[in-house]
Amino acid sequence: MTGSAAKIEVSGLRKTFGPKVVLDGVDLELNVGESLVVIGGSGTGKSVLIKSIIGLLVPDSGSVKIDGQEITTMRPSEREAVIRKFGMLFQGGALFDSLSVWENVAFGLVQGRAMSRREAKPIALEKLAQVGLDPEVGELSPAELSGGMQKRVGLARAIATEPEIIFFDEPTTGLDPIMADVINDLIIHCRKQVGASTISITHDMVSARKIADRIAMIHQGKIIWSGPVSAIDDSGNPYVEQFIHGSAEGPIEMQVLKP
Amino acid sequence: MNFNLLGAIGRAVLAFLQIAGRLLLFSIEGLSHCIRPPYFPRLVLRQMIEVGYYSIPVVSLTALFSGMVLCLQSYTGFSRFSAEASIPMVVVISLTRELGPVMAGLMVAGRVGAAMAAEIGTMRVSEQIDAMTTLSTNPIKYLIAPRLIAGILMLPFLVLLADIVGVFGGYLVGVYKLDFNAQNYITNTFEFLETLDVVSGLVKAAVFGFLIALMGCYHGFNSKGGAQGVGRATTNAVVSGAMLVLVSNYIITEAFFAK
Repeated sequence: MTGSAAKIEVSGLRKTFGPKVVLDGVDLELNVGESLVVIGGSGTGKSVLIKSIIGLLVPDSGSVKIDGQEITTMRPSEREAVIRKFGMLFQGGALFDSLSVWENVAFGLVQGRAMSRREAKPIALEKLAQVGLDPEVGELSPAELSGGMQKRVGLARAIATEPEIIFFDEPTTGLDPIMADVINDLIIHCRKQVGASTISITHDMVSARKIADRIAMIHQGKIIWSGPVSAIDDSGNPYVEQFIHGSAEGPIEMQVLKP
Repeated sequence: MNFNLLGAIGRAVLAFLQIAGRLLLFSIEGLSHCIRPPYFPRLVLRQMIEVGYYSIPVVSLTALFSGMVLCLQSYTGFSRFSAEASIPMVVVISLTRELGPVMAGLMVAGRVGAAMAAEIGTMRVSEQIDAMTTLSTNPIKYLIAPRLIAGILMLPFLVLLADIVGVFGGYLVGVYKLDFNAQNYITNTFEFLETLDVVSGLVKAAVFGFLIALMGCYHGFNSKGGAQGVGRATTNAVVSGAMLVLVSNYIITEAFFAK
């Protein structure tokens, strides 16, 4: 490793889809063991940002370093080794509906790490217990679960391989406030247990305040503010002010047609 | 008139070349994963059952009625110049060389191509394929390769079945409706049948199986835009699968039998 304490170093990241510029030179750092929350409105490129870091999307230009290793120029085989450090909780859960719940949780162990199913099952059930689900749930299929339970299974799957870096893509979106808080607690709990560095993206300020060490705000493809969670209320940045108060009036103009 | 004809032709050609190139890269990657470890025998077996076993009723019924109508129509023509004795031979050669592979190919393109595109397409739009990548599993190896293998291996079996059932259909009509002598019908069927007639049909079948599975996987894998996108992928998979069956059928026939 290089001497720097940064787990992830992103600089000048650009990504366009046709004429639409989604990321316009993003600079971001994630320190070891830190919980960074990226906030921003819908369609500001939050998902594209983490998908570019994890390698699901190929950025147009810019650099992404994981533990000091540049991954945008890596060969696919090397990149696979780096992806092993990651875990990700997807917005919709993204559970494999052809597999049972415990097979979902064990997927990274069985397919990614070539562990036998018999060895992987107790680990999967243990991870399910960590997110508060009974072993009986393990035998169900994902379609039989509620949205909150699917999120929990997704969380169990993301932490099953004990990754060093975990991404949470809108972990509380679409959940009622109580279930959202349960998920927040689980995220904090799992992070402590696994000791991972995490990046979460959300537009839920309650969740952001609860799980973040540091908050960064993305707007029009750029990080416009970043600072510790305690500083969010006196950021002095009009964009951040508008966002955290959820006000329609301010420098951020939503692209809606005014009547 | 402001319509630029050359420009339109140029765009169409470029779009075609782009798709052809993507498809070629996709199939090379898919095939290379078929022969490189790790292998997924469970998944291959499941796909073989899906493609082969569950297609047996459809393919048998299609072949049965094709053989029957073939015998009936040949009789109309051949009886006009007293060549009824050639009917069994015409039936068996038409079936093994053309009708067996093409009919089975078209039925499987509808049944299996659509199912593959819909399943993989849904996995794509619900981020399951992305999730698979983050769990250190190559989706091409896990999803595409088993389907390609199943297509290539199972179609020849289905076509062999179609040949047998089709000849049996012709036999039923010949013996019970057109009053052929059962013994003579069977003798005439096999007297002029050559190994190449059957083998060429089975080679066709393997190629069709590959193309059908490839179309299902390719369109599913590249689908986007929610339910509508999956619907479009499914339609494209069936239409392009059926077209490729017919086009490649001519090319293979030309290669085998052109003088």
